[in-house]
Amino acid sequence: MWEYSDEVKEHFFNPKNAGAVDGANAIGEVGSISCGDALRLTLKVDDANDVILDAGFQTFGCGSAIASSSALTEIIKGMNVDEALKVSNNDIAEFLGGLPPEKMHCSVMGKEALEAAVANYRGEEWVDDHEEGELVCKCFGIEAPMIEEQVRLNGLRTIEEVTNYTKAGGGCSTCHEKIEEIISTVLADLGEAAPSFDAKPSAPLVQPEAASAAPKPMTNLQRIRRIEMVLESMRPTLKADGGDVELVEVEGNTVYVNMTGACAGCQLAASTLGGIQQRLIEEMGEFIKVVPASQMSATQQAEG
Amino acid sequence: MDGIYLDNNATTKVDPEIMAAMMPFFTEYYGNPSSIHMFGERVGREIKAARKKVQALLGAEHDSEIVFTSCGTEADSTAILSALKAQPERKEIITSTVEHPAILTLCEYLEKEGYTIHRIGVDKQGRLDMDAYKAALSDKVAIVSIMWANNETGTLFPIEELAELAHAAGVMFHTDAVQVVGKLPIDLKTTKIDMLSLSGHKLHAPKGIGALYVRRGLRFRPLLRGGHQERGRRAGTENAAGIVAMGKAAELALEHMDFENTVIKGLRDRLETALVEAVPCSFVTGDVDNRLPNTANIAFEYIEGEAILMLLNKEGIAASSGSACTSGSLEPSHVMRAMEIPYTAAHGTVRFSLSRYNTPEEIEKVIAVVPGIMARLRKMSPYWTENGPAQEPEKEFNPVYA
Repeated sequence: MWEYSDEVKEHFFNPKNAGAVDGANAIGEVGSISCGDALRLTLKVDDANDVILDAGFQTFGCGSAIASSSALTEIIKGMNVDEALKVSNNDIAEFLGGLPPEKMHCSVMGKEALEAAVANYRGEEWVDDHEEGELVCKCFGIEAPMIEEQVRLNGLRTIEEVTNYTKAGGGCSTCHEKIEEIISTVLADLGEAAPSFDAKPSAPLVQPEAASAAPKPMTNLQRIRRIEMVLESMRPTLKADGGDVELVEVEGNTVYVNMTGACAGCQLAASTLGGIQQRLIEEMGEFIKVVPASQMSATQQAEG
Repeated sequence: MDGIYLDNNATTKVDPEIMAAMMPFFTEYYGNPSSIHMFGERVGREIKAARKKVQALLGAEHDSEIVFTSCGTEADSTAILSALKAQPERKEIITSTVEHPAILTLCEYLEKEGYTIHRIGVDKQGRLDMDAYKAALSDKVAIVSIMWANNETGTLFPIEELAELAHAAGVMFHTDAVQVVGKLPIDLKTTKIDMLSLSGHKLHAPKGIGALYVRRGLRFRPLLRGGHQERGRRAGTENAAGIVAMGKAAELALEHMDFENTVIKGLRDRLETALVEAVPCSFVTGDVDNRLPNTANIAFEYIEGEAILMLLNKEGIAASSGSACTSGSLEPSHVMRAMEIPYTAAHGTVRFSLSRYNTPEEIEKVIAVVPGIMARLRKMSPYWTENGPAQEPEKEFNPVYA
């Protein structure tokens, strides 16, 4: 079963604003193929000032779809429609204390229902431009259509390139077989021969000579340098999303980092940290725990 | 753990008697059964006894026809890959559209390797298309692998007949029988089944033990090489405790066979009839007259399975669903799709699977709780109005799909 936050459970077991609103003048109906979920959002908007007076949802879907619908209606009630349109799917997920990566599309469905309802209120036609598909990279929540598109547009040929463009495959690396399949399929569609994939990453972070000398324990300085190297190698993918990471302190097996830029407060920060931790464990050959620097003092006090 | 466990097709509780039988093999009898000394000798003897018990449950002619594996999936992979290795000139496989992923995923992989896969379809009751099956049999086929009972609906395929047809066409026949073994009487020596997979944890043994029946004389190629264990057909030091547990489980399953087919079946029927009667717009899926005695798969229309399971769980009731959301996959269960169950019903299918540990009181509690849960979720469903399902659901609610 999924690990749902307490907020998700609360909004599922005791949903707010379930049912259609009487006298609604804005209706949005959307569905998500991934889960077979569907949502109808009904709003009562004040014609004079565009303020959302009431919101109600009817959802055919799983626990997180119902919770996301409930959260959405709570968030937007009292906003005017322009403010409401600024609510992102991440805002919905954050309101719920996070969603499992497989379930982020539930929050996307909420966001889309809102857009559709506002379009309906304004007498416009809403067009969906978001393509959903199978979740490939669980570390960074990347779906197949996104990878396919990037491979097609940019002529990507290796897993490393896919990681650089999409982040997919940059964490635990267990989705690499699937990514190779996607590359091969897209290239076959384009009429190109399938590339031959290297059995080992083309640009290993750890040089073979260094690796052969590995049995000798590293000094603290060497360890910190190695950690810096690993973080450096992940930086381009973070920067592509407008974020960054900085190393604050290393204490035994615990690595304290600061997530900066767009990473700070990002809904996916936790899974990004998880991805970084996984990479460090692989590259360092030992168990490493990556912790936000904000938790550093508390931990030290507890130890002291 | 308290609660009402109705998910026995997923896995079962380890029977305390089985637990007691296997415990000494973690403590006292830790020897390697291959060893000559007394520590190993005792273990070897118990493994032999366990093999006899599994032989009895399956009605196999010889105990050497039982090969212990680590799980049902390993037994399935061993059977199919053995058939391909043993008959390299045959490049086709026949299976069904409703198999367990242990078979389907392997077949998809083999398809990429150049093998031709015939996936035989089913009708709306989940019954196999016999004409398509007969048409697919030929001397190019290396193996037929078709499940005996479907894990989701409990629907039984006519395995003895399918095996006869394969035999007549000179084709090896394997069946994944993990759901059937222990629930229905089996007498392999009177059938033409060449290989059969079973799994311990489906019949009250622990996880981590399975077995493959391999008919004597069948051309066989091992999956794991490296030792003489299991007469060279499955190398690797024996999971002695697991094998002993499997033996005990086989013995107890034989003892409870009548109970399973009378009392458990009665409880299942009571649950199913009461729920379908109490919940409007619900129906039983699968071949109702021809299925496992312990399984009820009910589609509750216009609501979604994961939401149902979460509310059931809150009431202490464990079941499972064919909804996409519970698995993280894209689509509702491939079994429901193969039977052409509409999406709005397929997502709301709930499987209740019983075992000999369930009681009439538990079943009555479920019957009391379920209708309220369904009503509560339907109140939130866009396909549902105050008076029941929307007259024309497609017109009433027509979302833009991403």
